[in-house]
Amino acid sequence: MKVRVVTFPGSNCDKDVGTILESEFGAKVEYTWYKESFSDIPDLVVLPGGFSFGDYLRCGAMAKFSNAMDSVVKYANQGGKVLGVCNGFQILTESGLLPGALLHNRTLKYICKDVDLIPVAENKIAKGLKGSLSIPIAHGEGAYFADSETLERLEKNGQVVFRYKQNPNGSLNDIAGICNEAGNVLGMMPHPERAVNPYTGKMDGKQILEALLKK
Amino acid sequence: MFVAKINVTLKESVLDPQGQTVLRTLHDQGKTSISDLRVGKYIEMKISAGSQAEAETSAKEICESLLVNQVIETYRLVVEKV
Repeated sequence: MKVRVVTFPGSNCDKDVGTILESEFGAKVEYTWYKESFSDIPDLVVLPGGFSFGDYLRCGAMAKFSNAMDSVVKYANQGGKVLGVCNGFQILTESGLLPGALLHNRTLKYICKDVDLIPVAENKIAKGLKGSLSIPIAHGEGAYFADSETLERLEKNGQVVFRYKQNPNGSLNDIAGICNEAGNVLGMMPHPERAVNPYTGKMDGKQILEALLKK
Repeated sequence: MFVAKINVTLKESVLDPQGQTVLRTLHDQGKTSISDLRVGKYIEMKISAGSQAEAETSAKEICESLLVNQVIETYRLVVEKV
């Protein structure tokens, strides 16, 4: 299994997610610097968490203008699997691969804690995930927003992947993660890669990554 | 040379917690005549262009591709000759 992790200036979870995919899933991980393009077809491309371009202007706004993102958009449009975690989710919305946008948390506070996620049964990726999953969040701008038409379409198409059991940030419809219509692009604010190794005391993220990686 | 003056604010339909927090502080100070406070950002950029129209087209394109996220934000643009 081959995975590409894209690193932007200010990404800080690239090695975390890469290391977990190598050690727990046996993936061959390659890192792509944002200035580089790629044309191969890996099994998964990950846009990691962090603060690309210092989160200046808007989170994820600057990252969309890069050779790596041109490659990611092309790859996603061909059906390639993309996972965007936290800042990666923000980049996916800014680049138009996912609808909506991420706003400042309603409390204006940076929130760093474990939250319970409810997988949405109607969603293809979440199908098979059971119960609630305890996964860490760490973000200041994670309140999912979309206009009412878009929200309705997401719900109707089964594109909501995860909801918060107790909404921490003011996300509309308690949304913690969504996918595109084809189901190959997933964006989520919680960090599944931080809940895979027993040393972290949490394991529920493993199920999420497994669900995404299975053919 | 032209200067583009751009005011970016969240759309009316989008909750602005920053604006609400500032408004609450003003109300706490007894300044209850203030209502509907919204916090935005101001961007100024110099543009070299052959004409006012060319500068405006260029500024608009930059606003809509990078400076403004039209899902959540709206903007006002003024281009002046300097």
